[in-house]
Amino acid sequence: MQFFLNITLGGIANGMIVAAVALGLVLIFRATNIVNFAQGAMAMITTYVAYAILHQGVDYWVALICALAVGLLFGSVVQFVLIRPIQNKSPLNAIILTFGFLIFLEGVAGAIWGSTTRTYPAPFSEFGQKLGTTQIAFSPFDVYILVSVLALMGIMLVLFRATNLGLRMRAVAFAPEAARLLGVRVQPLLTLGWALAAAAGVLAALLVVPTSSLTPNFMDVILIYGFTAAVVGGLDSPVGALVGGLITGLSLAWVGGYLGGSLEPMAALALVIVSLMIRPEGLFARPAARRV
Amino acid sequence: MASLDVEGLSVSYGAVHALSDVSFSAQEGEVTAVLGANGAGKTTLLRTITGLVRSRAGTVTYGTEHLEKMSVEQIVRHGVSHVPEGRAVIDEMTVEENLRLGALWRFKGAARTAVMDEIYALFPPLAERRKQHASTLSGGERQMLSIGRALVARPKVLLLDEPSLGLAPIVTARLMAVLRDLTVDSKLIVVLVEQNARSALSIAQQAVVINLGKVVVCEDAATVAGDSDLRHYYLGY
Repeated sequence: MQFFLNITLGGIANGMIVAAVALGLVLIFRATNIVNFAQGAMAMITTYVAYAILHQGVDYWVALICALAVGLLFGSVVQFVLIRPIQNKSPLNAIILTFGFLIFLEGVAGAIWGSTTRTYPAPFSEFGQKLGTTQIAFSPFDVYILVSVLALMGIMLVLFRATNLGLRMRAVAFAPEAARLLGVRVQPLLTLGWALAAAAGVLAALLVVPTSSLTPNFMDVILIYGFTAAVVGGLDSPVGALVGGLITGLSLAWVGGYLGGSLEPMAALALVIVSLMIRPEGLFARPAARRV
Repeated sequence: MASLDVEGLSVSYGAVHALSDVSFSAQEGEVTAVLGANGAGKTTLLRTITGLVRSRAGTVTYGTEHLEKMSVEQIVRHGVSHVPEGRAVIDEMTVEENLRLGALWRFKGAARTAVMDEIYALFPPLAERRKQHASTLSGGERQMLSIGRALVARPKVLLLDEPSLGLAPIVTARLMAVLRDLTVDSKLIVVLVEQNARSALSIAQQAVVINLGKVVVCEDAATVAGDSDLRHYYLGY
């Protein structure tokens, strides 16, 4: 029982990170119908930048804020320079472009920083706590993961539901042509969507990196789990990203705990297949367009 | 008095000529009905005026402004509102959010609330449903919302694409009456694309009949409505 509880808690923490990655994918897919394969690699580059900032002797939190700012900027620039020219082309162009960008970024990171593993600190202890006499596997860092991802989701929710900017962003996502006819300037909103998605990716990367290590491909696996979560939850639903992330995190934790860690990637693929068979549009996808 | 002038407008989709050399002039305080069969190019005409489709040749001027070079967003900001075909309200948003979206670029704060209240007064069923999702509305209410969302920015030119499509005759009649009054009261330039020629002609001052992308008739609405051969040949009634 205690073992089950421990791996479940671990699964929740991991699931939240996966949810943050999925949220980034969802934000971009919703706004531009593009699946951004470079999401993880962009966050990886930004993490190297954060590492460099951290080693100037600044505080963890200052480095975090700088990293988020760099992420926002990076996302905007990528949308502006790479994505805009192919926006109205076939979706295959975007897939090839973002996938190529992923390989390019990992190559650049390898060329600059080499493949030596670096360690990136966590802001809180990563060791489990004693609750009375029982040891539980939920560390203060896990609590921080939970809180920070929920905060990110909360900020997104307020932005989309309660502000005029969010109203415009939703309009562009759901009905781009109707939005333009109502005077919404679409391009800046698309840039903003990419910026926010990149920031979500950076947050996820900084939550992953203390327990893995900083290498050019440290985001690859988590990106695959992020895709799994986005497919399970629905590629165009932010709530789906959160729930999909938790489902993915828990499934992987249980499979890893009872059947062995090497089966985790296979479990993710199984989850994708089952989800595509039962509910291909995802749990929280919007209803298919209806014509009256 | 400003007018909307379309001069020699031609549009192609690849090798297909959707519009060739279309010209007409729509006046303030008048409804110009654009009539014709399916595929005649009526929707393309409206989409070209708002910039969603680029013309190959010709000009669209409103007052002294050349619209054909502008982006959709700029054209909207020059006072042109387009109600697209199929009541393209945003289902995922509430009635109020749909309306607010239409007013955002033009009005702030109290002024925005005031223009939205005007629309609710014009279409009372919308006021009762302001917190509901647009997906729950009936066909007539969706059309009201679609038109209200265009009117909330206080346009000077209103382009309507098949507003009567799929509506009960009594709803269509009520909608046409509202449109006629609005056109006169707000000195709107209305371009009304319709398959339902009879109801469009009942409120229009001018009629433009398009066939296979060309203007075949551009006359007083009353003349067109009175010419039974013409009606029979092009308008099917």
